[in-house]
Amino acid sequence: MLDQSEGYTTADGRRIGGVVMEMRNITLRFGGVEAIKDISFDIREGEIRAIIGPNGAGKSSMLNVISGFYVPQEGEVWYKGAPRPPMKPFQVARQGIARTFQNIALFEGMSVLDNVMTGRLTKMKTGLWRQALWKGAAESEETANREVAEKIIDFLEIQAIRKTPVSRLPYGLKKRVELARALAAEPSLLLLDEPMAGMNVEEKEDMSRFILDVNDEFGTTIALIEHDMGVVMDLSDRVVVMDYGKKIGDGSPDEVRNNQAVIDAYLGVSHD
Amino acid sequence: MQHTSGTPGGTESVPALLRRNATRFATAPAYREKEYGIWQSWTWAETLEEVEALALGMLDLGVAEGDFVAIIGRNRPRLYWAMVAAEMAGAVPVPLYQDAVAEEMAYVLGHCGARFVVAGDQEQVDKVIEVQGELTDFEQMIYLDPRGLRKYDHSKLHQYSHVQDAGRAKRDELLPEIARREAKLDYDSTCVMLYTSGTTGKPKGVVLSNRNVIETSKSSSEFDDLRQTDDILAYLPMAWVGDFIFSVGQAMWTGFCTNCPESADTMHTDLREIGPTYYFAPPRVFETQLTNVMIRMEDAGKFKRWLFDVCMAQARKVGPDILDGKPVSQWDRFKYNLGELCIYGPLKNTLGFSRVRVGYTAGEAIGPEIFDFYRSLGINLKQLYGQTEATVFITAQPDGEVRSDTVGVTCPGVELKIAENGEVFYRSPGVFVEYYKNAESTADTKDAEGWVATGDAGFIEEGTGHLRIIDRAKDVGQMASGALFAPKYVENKLKFFPNILETVVFGSGKDECTAFINIDLTAVGNWAERNNIGYASYQELARHPQVMDTIQSHVEEVNASVAQDEMLSGCQVHRFVVLHKELDADDGELTRTRKVRRRIIEEKYDDIIAALYDGSTEVSTVTEVTYEDGRKGSISATLEVRSAKVVPVGTRMAAE
Repeated sequence: MLDQSEGYTTADGRRIGGVVMEMRNITLRFGGVEAIKDISFDIREGEIRAIIGPNGAGKSSMLNVISGFYVPQEGEVWYKGAPRPPMKPFQVARQGIARTFQNIALFEGMSVLDNVMTGRLTKMKTGLWRQALWKGAAESEETANREVAEKIIDFLEIQAIRKTPVSRLPYGLKKRVELARALAAEPSLLLLDEPMAGMNVEEKEDMSRFILDVNDEFGTTIALIEHDMGVVMDLSDRVVVMDYGKKIGDGSPDEVRNNQAVIDAYLGVSHD
Repeated sequence: MQHTSGTPGGTESVPALLRRNATRFATAPAYREKEYGIWQSWTWAETLEEVEALALGMLDLGVAEGDFVAIIGRNRPRLYWAMVAAEMAGAVPVPLYQDAVAEEMAYVLGHCGARFVVAGDQEQVDKVIEVQGELTDFEQMIYLDPRGLRKYDHSKLHQYSHVQDAGRAKRDELLPEIARREAKLDYDSTCVMLYTSGTTGKPKGVVLSNRNVIETSKSSSEFDDLRQTDDILAYLPMAWVGDFIFSVGQAMWTGFCTNCPESADTMHTDLREIGPTYYFAPPRVFETQLTNVMIRMEDAGKFKRWLFDVCMAQARKVGPDILDGKPVSQWDRFKYNLGELCIYGPLKNTLGFSRVRVGYTAGEAIGPEIFDFYRSLGINLKQLYGQTEATVFITAQPDGEVRSDTVGVTCPGVELKIAENGEVFYRSPGVFVEYYKNAESTADTKDAEGWVATGDAGFIEEGTGHLRIIDRAKDVGQMASGALFAPKYVENKLKFFPNILETVVFGSGKDECTAFINIDLTAVGNWAERNNIGYASYQELARHPQVMDTIQSHVEEVNASVAQDEMLSGCQVHRFVVLHKELDADDGELTRTRKVRRRIIEEKYDDIIAALYDGSTEVSTVTEVTYEDGRKGSISATLEVRSAKVVPVGTRMAAE
C-alpha cells in the first residue's frame, strides 16, 4: 500500500509530506516503439520533482502519462491513494492537476487577463445562459474569480501587460502567462513542461524564482521537465533521470549528479 | 516674512496636519493605490487610523524618541504612512533610494545609525540582511509585502500588518505615550532626514525641520493655488526631497490625494487612469514621452501624419500664447480649438495630461523644443529650481511668465544673491537645519546669516528678475586659452537631440573640448528598425557607422550653435566617441537622480580621454560593469574617435 505517513525535510527546512502520486511499473508504447519502459517513481506533497534526461528520453511522454493524456499499456497511476482510471482532460483538471506546455498553448487573440481567467473555468458553476446574461450568481462568481486571477497576475508581476493581447508578447512573457493560467486553477499538482526552454539567463532566473515562490507561497506540488541541468539541480528536491525510456537514476540532486549511469547518459560513453 | 512661532491651530508638525485633515476632510480620499487591478483608496480618517496603528506598533517594538527609521521601497501609501508614523512616535524617518545597491545602503544606514528599517519587499529586506553585519545600531525590520519571506528568520523581522495589529491591540496602553511624544513636536523638531545623492563624495544627511517642510509646502501651495481636490501621481523616488514635499508636505497641507501606481512598469497606464491635476516629472520623462509619441507617429498612416503635422504647426504658433493669456486672433483661436478636438485633446488624454493644471519639471535643463511641445498642447508646464537643502523651492515660474531658458523668479519668502564668481546663494524659511553629523560641511554650505551656497553659477536677468543657471559652479572652468569652459551648457544642447541620451564634455585646462556620447537606445533602435539595420547589442548599434554619422551631424550642429555665443564659443566639441555602454548609477557614473559624476568618469575612462587628445583614430578599452544584482563583469570594446567640424572663432575672448 501507499505510505502516506513518511516524509522528509529539505535542506532549507521545508516539510515534504506523503506520496500524492505514484507511477507503478509504467510502460507506454506507440506501435512498436517503447517510449517508456517499466518506470516507477513517486511524487510527494509539497515537493518540486524534476524529470530530466537527454533528447528523446521519454520525458514529455512521462508528463503526459502523469497528466492522464496518455494511458499506459502496462502499469498503474496512483493518485491520492487510489489507482486512477483513464480520464478526460477536464476530469484531470477537476482533480486539481494543471499544466503548462513546452511550446505554449495560449489563446493568442485574447488578452492576458482573459487567458488567466480561462484557468478558472473548472471553478465556475453557473450555467451557460446565466453567464451569457451575466445576472445574479454569474456576476458575483465572475467577481470572485477575477479576484483570484488578479492576485496571480500580481504574484507573477505581469500587471503591466494585463490587457495586452498574448500575440503581442515576447516569448519569455508568454511562458509566464501560461504559468499564470495554470495557477489560476489553484492546482494541488502543477506540471511544467520545459518552463525555461529558449530563455536567456535572466529570464531563467526570474522563472526559477517564480517556481520557488509558487511552491513556497501556495504549497503547490510541482513536477517539471527541464533540459538545463544547472537550473534543475538548484530548483528541485528530487530528480528522476530517464534515458531511452528507462529510469537510470532517482534521488536528490547530489545523488543524481554523482550517479555514473547519469554521467554516462549525459556525457556519452565510448562503445568499444 | 518668516514665521517664528508657526501657524496657530495645531499645524506645527506633519502628524498634527494629519489629525487636522482627518477631521476637516474626513471622507475625502487621501491615498490611492492600484492593487489587483483596482484603485484601492483610503480617506483621511482611515489614513489617520492606519498611521496611528503603525505608530503604536512601532512603540511596541521599542522605537524611542530621536531614533532613525529608514524607509526603503517604491511609492506605496503604507510607506508614506510609515514616515508619518515614525514622526508620530518621536523618531526621524529616513527614506532611502530603493535602487541603491547594498553597500550604498550600508553607508547611509550606518551613518544615521538607524535602529529600525521599514522595507517594501523581499528585495529590500535581502539587501539590509546582506549588510546587517556592518550595522551596529540596526535592530528590527518591518516589511510590507510578505511574499518570499515566509522562510526567513523572524527574530528581527515583522510584517507590517502584524505590527499594526499589535499596535491596535495595545492602543489603550500606548496611546498616552504617543500623545505625549506628539505634543512635544513643534516647528523646530526634525521632520525628515534626506540623503543627498552627492555628485561628489559620500551622501550627506540633510536634516529638515517641520518649519522647513510646512512653511515651504504652505507658500508653494499658495503660489500655485493647489486645492484639496487635486490629484497627484507619486512615482518618483521616495528618498528625493521633491517627492517628500509633494506627496507628504503639500499633500498634508492642502489635503489633496496622493495616488501610487501599481508597479513601475504600469506607471503610464496608471497616469492615464488617474489624470493628475498637479504633476511633476524630470525632463527625462518628458523627453521619453515625446520620443514615444514621435516614434508612434512615424508608424502612423499618411493622413494621420499629415493631420498631426498641420495641427502641431498651429499649436506651436499660438498654443503658448493662448496658455499665457496673450492676445491671439479669433481665426487662430478657432483653428487651435479645431486642433484641440482632433489632436491635442486625444493626445493629452493618451499621455494622461488631460487634467493637468500645474505641471513642473526640474533637476536638469529641458530642451526648448520639448518644453514648447508640451506647452503648445495647452499643458501648463513650468520650471522650478531647487535643492534638498532648500526643501526644494528656490525659484519657480509664475503662470504667464514661462520660458524654457530661465528657472523663474524667487519663490515666496526666498531671497537670492549672486556672488562675485557667479555662484547663486539663497536664504529662506526652507533652509535646512544641518548636515547630520557633519558640522564642517554645514558650515561650508550655510553661513552664519543663513545664506546657502547652491554650487550653481547663474545670473539674474535684468528687467524680468528671472534666474538663469549656467552650470555647476565648480564645473565652470577655463580652457588653456583662458576662455570660459561650461560643460553643462554644451551637454544640454547635445542632449536635446532625441538620439543622444547622455553626454560628458571635457576640456578644462585643455586647448580643445571633447565629448563622450551615449546614444538613446529607444530612439536609435527605432531608427535602425525602420531602416532595416540589424544589431545584436547596444554596443554594436553604438558603433554602427551610420549612427556615428548621425551623431557627428548633431555635434556639428551644436558646434555651430555654441559658436554664436561669444563667451562660450571655445567650448565647441572637436573630437568625440560614442561610448560602448550606458553610463549607469550602478557603476557609480551617475548619481541616483541621474546626474553625471565627472571625477569618477574621468578616472574610469582615462584611456579613452587620452585617446581623444592624442590624435588616435580608435581606442581599445576594457570597462568594469556592475549588474543589477551587484555582480561585476567587464566588457571590452574598440571605439572609433571622430573629429567634428568646428566653426572658427576669429575674436577669441582673451583672458583678462
